[in-house]
Amino acid sequence: MIPPLWMFLTVAAALFSIGAFGVLARKNAVAVLMSVELMLNAVNINLVAFWRFGETAPSVIGQSFAAFVLVIAAAEAAVGLAIIIAIYRTRQSVVVDDVDMLKW
Amino acid sequence: MTFNELSWEALAFGAFTILTLGGALGVVFNRNLVRGAVWLVVSLFGVAGFFVLLSAPFLAAVQVLVYIGAIGILFTFAVMLTRSMTNLSERFNKQAWLSALAAVTLFLLILLAVIAPIFGEIAAPSSEVVATTEDLGVALVSGDKFVLPFEVASLLLTAAMIGAIVIAREED
Repeated sequence: MIPPLWMFLTVAAALFSIGAFGVLARKNAVAVLMSVELMLNAVNINLVAFWRFGETAPSVIGQSFAAFVLVIAAAEAAVGLAIIIAIYRTRQSVVVDDVDMLKW
Repeated sequence: MTFNELSWEALAFGAFTILTLGGALGVVFNRNLVRGAVWLVVSLFGVAGFFVLLSAPFLAAVQVLVYIGAIGILFTFAVMLTRSMTNLSERFNKQAWLSALAAVTLFLLILLAVIAPIFGEIAAPSSEVVATTEDLGVALVSGDKFVLPFEVASLLLTAAMIGAIVIAREED
């Protein structure tokens, strides 16, 4: 017997909230990206949990959705880290408060 | 579920919860980013354990290969390439307390709105038979299922790879 659905949802909610706090509060852009990965993983736990508990007949919809989230997360990490490295090269900083030229 | 009928699934669930949430707290609160990357790997490993518990072995394997293998190394590289920033004296910006308040509020809202209504209700999966990895593979390449999203995802990955190289390349 695996634990009931609400336990999985609670863990995923906690993971998402920790990630959200990291995104909002960390100064280092690399740490912000790591926190985004945590949030994406929380979403994946939810998707797979709902797939496991909700399916009445065998299907793969939830699993394939989670797999696509994984692909997007990989692409996001690659491009995000490339942008951070480019910013570091031009400004010698990865503190998000230092990169505010779009703010007025 | 009471503590008298603790099954190995419940024990594994507890262990993976500790790994996932502990790793996540390590990522968010650790000042040294190299250690943060290691904590991230710990957290992602816990999530892979959840996938095993939820009978999604393919996702668990991909989680270990892609997240722990590829993305973990990618983050380690990024931390080392921005070396002077690895140990900032201040971890958090000025709105840290506000952010903590927002995160806690978000968690409590999810508990109240989503989890409280189904608390104790959906105790077991509705179907004992689960789709296998073979079913997933067939669905990803069959025309009436997910072949189009699959191809779009591969195109996106290629574009992201080329884009990452172009953005991070040294100007000459």
